[in-house]
Amino acid sequence: MSFYNPQTTPPPVIPNFGTGSKCEVENHTFCWGWVQHHWGDTLQPALLDHLELTAIAVSIGFAIAFAAALLAYRYRRLDQPIGLVSDFLYTIPSLALFQLLVPITGLTTTTVEVALVSYTLLILYRNILDGLRGVPAEVSEAARGMGLTPLQTLFRVDLPLAAPAIVAGLRIATVSTISIATVAAFVLPKGLGYPIFTGIKQDEFKTEIIAAGGLAILLALTADALLVVVQRALTPWRRA
Amino acid sequence: MILADNFSWGTFPDAIRFIGNNPGLLWHKSLDQIELSSAALGIAIAIALPLGVVLGHYHRGSFIAISVSNIGRALPSLVLIAFGILIFGIGFWNNAAALVVLGVPPILTNAYFAVDTIDENVVEAARGMGMTDRQVLTRVELPLALSLIFGGIRIAAVFVIATATIAAIAGGGGLGDIIVNQATYRLSGVVAASLCVSFLAFAAAFVLAVTRKVLTRSFVSHD
Repeated sequence: MSFYNPQTTPPPVIPNFGTGSKCEVENHTFCWGWVQHHWGDTLQPALLDHLELTAIAVSIGFAIAFAAALLAYRYRRLDQPIGLVSDFLYTIPSLALFQLLVPITGLTTTTVEVALVSYTLLILYRNILDGLRGVPAEVSEAARGMGLTPLQTLFRVDLPLAAPAIVAGLRIATVSTISIATVAAFVLPKGLGYPIFTGIKQDEFKTEIIAAGGLAILLALTADALLVVVQRALTPWRRA
Repeated sequence: MILADNFSWGTFPDAIRFIGNNPGLLWHKSLDQIELSSAALGIAIAIALPLGVVLGHYHRGSFIAISVSNIGRALPSLVLIAFGILIFGIGFWNNAAALVVLGVPPILTNAYFAVDTIDENVVEAARGMGMTDRQVLTRVELPLALSLIFGGIRIAAVFVIATATIAAIAGGGGLGDIIVNQATYRLSGVVAASLCVSFLAFAAAFVLAVTRKVLTRSFVSHD
């Protein structure tokens, strides 16, 4: 049996079995007291870090995938090579990719972000491209016929019509990134994965594992629900 | 604990040397990981594939298929492993259970939509030719759905292998044992094990692609 070896400075020892409440000392299933007591120093910072890791990764991933999809939409023969690269990146297991980047970028946020971004690429690229290709040719033709330039056609006709597919891709990418970001704790004491690790190391301190794990799931579900709202707002014509 | 390993490109040649010096160790750990991953993937396929195909065949339960995939995606693998430790304790079955939970959603959803979205006309034509319900399913729907079904299995396989690595924190054995033990194996060992894990994932994707091709061919040449 092996446990996670911290590669960074050790965290404050939580829980303190010496002075903790009875519930904490006896490691009951869930101690509300601990959550209230450690929300400010453990859970909230982890949650905010997690949000930051996810937001940066999805933004950068979206920018890259968007550019790549536009290129592949315009130049069809680029589709296969771009698809192969993103497929390749997606196949590398997350923990392995984090560790493979460590020799290059060290135990830094960059390592984590590079890996997270590469996982969003396949999902976002495929969805954006499928969305654009799903626009009926007659519609684009009509727009061109009305005198819109290719750029106007893209931004005023093609992209709005592709919006549902694009936001669907964003939902999957965001939720997956929130999930994979928990693994980042293997290389960086950041995000909701970290309290989970700490909890496992502290003789499987249940409250901390359940609280942090629950927060991660809640964050994913909330982000998904928010993006559904965005999707509805972007496509008013769908609400008949 | 600060480790003396330097972060440099030189780690990669060191990692290759590590593979050369410890082939037995890596082989042994790889086998552990293959055992855990294939057990979990096998169970996940056995549960999700028939369910998805049958639901798709009768065009029922799109709500189930969609919710399962949404909820499945929202369950972080590390959280599942950690909850597994609390429920089952540390060991093979805790990890297998967590991996099955991760593997089911992509297989179920893809199988459902693969069968559900087959062109109505094709199915009608098959019925018109006098095929029984069972024949429609096995001779028409399954061959047409094959590529999407395998897409789902492939995603599940990559998930399962990736998470089986994380399972080392719950006594899962496998290559993750090396990856979480940098103090013992140094960064070069960790990188070597990561290379092996990546290789396993690609090998699994390759095996699935070949299986799909063989199956497609057998369907085509069947009658």
